[in-house]
Amino acid sequence: MTAPLAGILDGPAPQAPPRRSDLGRNLLVTVGLAVILGLAARVIELRPLELVRDVGNIGVFLKGYLHPSFGNIREYSWQCVVTVCIALWGTLLALAISVPLGLLGARNLSPHPLVYFAARRTMDVLRAVNEFVFALMFVTAVGLGPFAGMLALGIHTGGVLGKLLSETIEGIDPGQAEGVTAVGAGRLHVIAFGVVPQVLPNFLSYVLLRFESDIRSAAVIGMVGGGGIGFYLWDTIRSFKDGEAATVILLIVAMVMCTDVISARVRRAAI
Amino acid sequence: MNPTTSPVVVLERVGRRFGTQVALDGVSACIRPGEFVAIIGPSGAGKTTLLRCLSRAIVPTDGAIRMGGQDLRPLAGARLRAHRARVGVIYQQFNLVKRLRVLDNVLIGRLPHLRGWRRYAALVGVFDRAQRGAALSCLDHVGLLARAWQRTDTLSGGEQQRVAIAKILAQEPRLILGDEPVASLDVMNGALVMETLRRIASSAGLTVVSTLHHVEYARRYADRVLGLRAGRLVFDGPAARLGDDAIREIFGSVPEGDGEDVELARLPEPVLVAS
Repeated sequence: MTAPLAGILDGPAPQAPPRRSDLGRNLLVTVGLAVILGLAARVIELRPLELVRDVGNIGVFLKGYLHPSFGNIREYSWQCVVTVCIALWGTLLALAISVPLGLLGARNLSPHPLVYFAARRTMDVLRAVNEFVFALMFVTAVGLGPFAGMLALGIHTGGVLGKLLSETIEGIDPGQAEGVTAVGAGRLHVIAFGVVPQVLPNFLSYVLLRFESDIRSAAVIGMVGGGGIGFYLWDTIRSFKDGEAATVILLIVAMVMCTDVISARVRRAAI
Repeated sequence: MNPTTSPVVVLERVGRRFGTQVALDGVSACIRPGEFVAIIGPSGAGKTTLLRCLSRAIVPTDGAIRMGGQDLRPLAGARLRAHRARVGVIYQQFNLVKRLRVLDNVLIGRLPHLRGWRRYAALVGVFDRAQRGAALSCLDHVGLLARAWQRTDTLSGGEQQRVAIAKILAQEPRLILGDEPVASLDVMNGALVMETLRRIASSAGLTVVSTLHHVEYARRYADRVLGLRAGRLVFDGPAARLGDDAIREIFGSVPEGDGEDVELARLPEPVLVAS
């Protein structure tokens, strides 16, 4: 019995049309990358041998951290609660900023190209400026403390979430929205029925992701006066209170792990 | 003229160009209330362009389309929305919001009828008892009441198209436009959808204009057929007169009967309510 594909698989191989060689281009890209990385290594004073030789010094530094001191744990724990509160309200403020900006900055929803452009550039600025810079700014306005930190986080994250939202909206199935437009519904109804159901699961996932990231940022924003556990992190490390610093770091790690677990649960339940 | 037979839509030498390409060329026709009109023609003949001009998704470049004495061309803003509200569109891909429940998709048809606070309540998914009742009746009409709380994308294609018909019913339009409503369905579901559409149009006295990719669908379900070829109207007459000569005029040749034709011909004759 002959195989069904006899004559196709065992025949003489045909001559394929000539193919352009990629060798030269690949070589150029490889050499180019190597040169850039080499120059960058000079700039950042990359000296791996020193790390190997003096790695013991890190051990000396870490030794102090092996004995956490729990004397101030009540205050530190309270500051962790403050940190979580900063992140909660910061993310809420970010939501309030990102929803209008994201809707206006989505090409398929924006009422006018100029509005689209303005919304996009506003979100760019909010994202480009680090939350620490915003924190320094708000500290001068509302004084040291968690309120300044929450404003800084909210504004920066608002830009990030706005961009993610507008890009999610640009990726929707236009047919489903057209089905709402076609009945003569107004713009708000088209958004509520034709757009929101399509973007909600993804957007919710982004919000949770940013909340986790806001917890980590809120944990250090106290270094510049934005309230929360960050102040003690900065203070204990700078004044060589190694035991105290160890306690603070342990609490931050525990807090971040807890929020990640909780937000994973929320994500599973909601999406 | 007797007011009850005054036309629903009047097309006056309607033309539409896309750049230098002529998609529609001097199409004139008059569509009377209660008529079930099929638009047939080869690919690229301008069927969908004509339909999109009627729904005012696009604007004709020549001629005029009148509905209720009003020219559709200058419509914008609130008046354009009012026009869309009186025209129900059924699409090849259903265009339902997939993640919403079936009843919510039918309620979308009620949106243009909401007044006052109800419009804002609807934004968060709140509809009053009367609206819900109307939507449920529409679902019952297409035989899908039991599916009301299911997510729309869990339904089969034929069921989704019937949900789309329920949504159009809830919209209370004067004219129903079908853009290849059965092209993505198998023959059994296609026939069921066409029969549902036919029954509803007859009982409510609604006018239907639909493109159909198969001549056999047009023969079975339409009262009147418009045949387009290269953007021009080359046939306008009752479905019963759609013989081989007419088909040759529209398509250039008589298409070989394919499996779908044979299957359709084998179905029992549809029971049509006289309109």
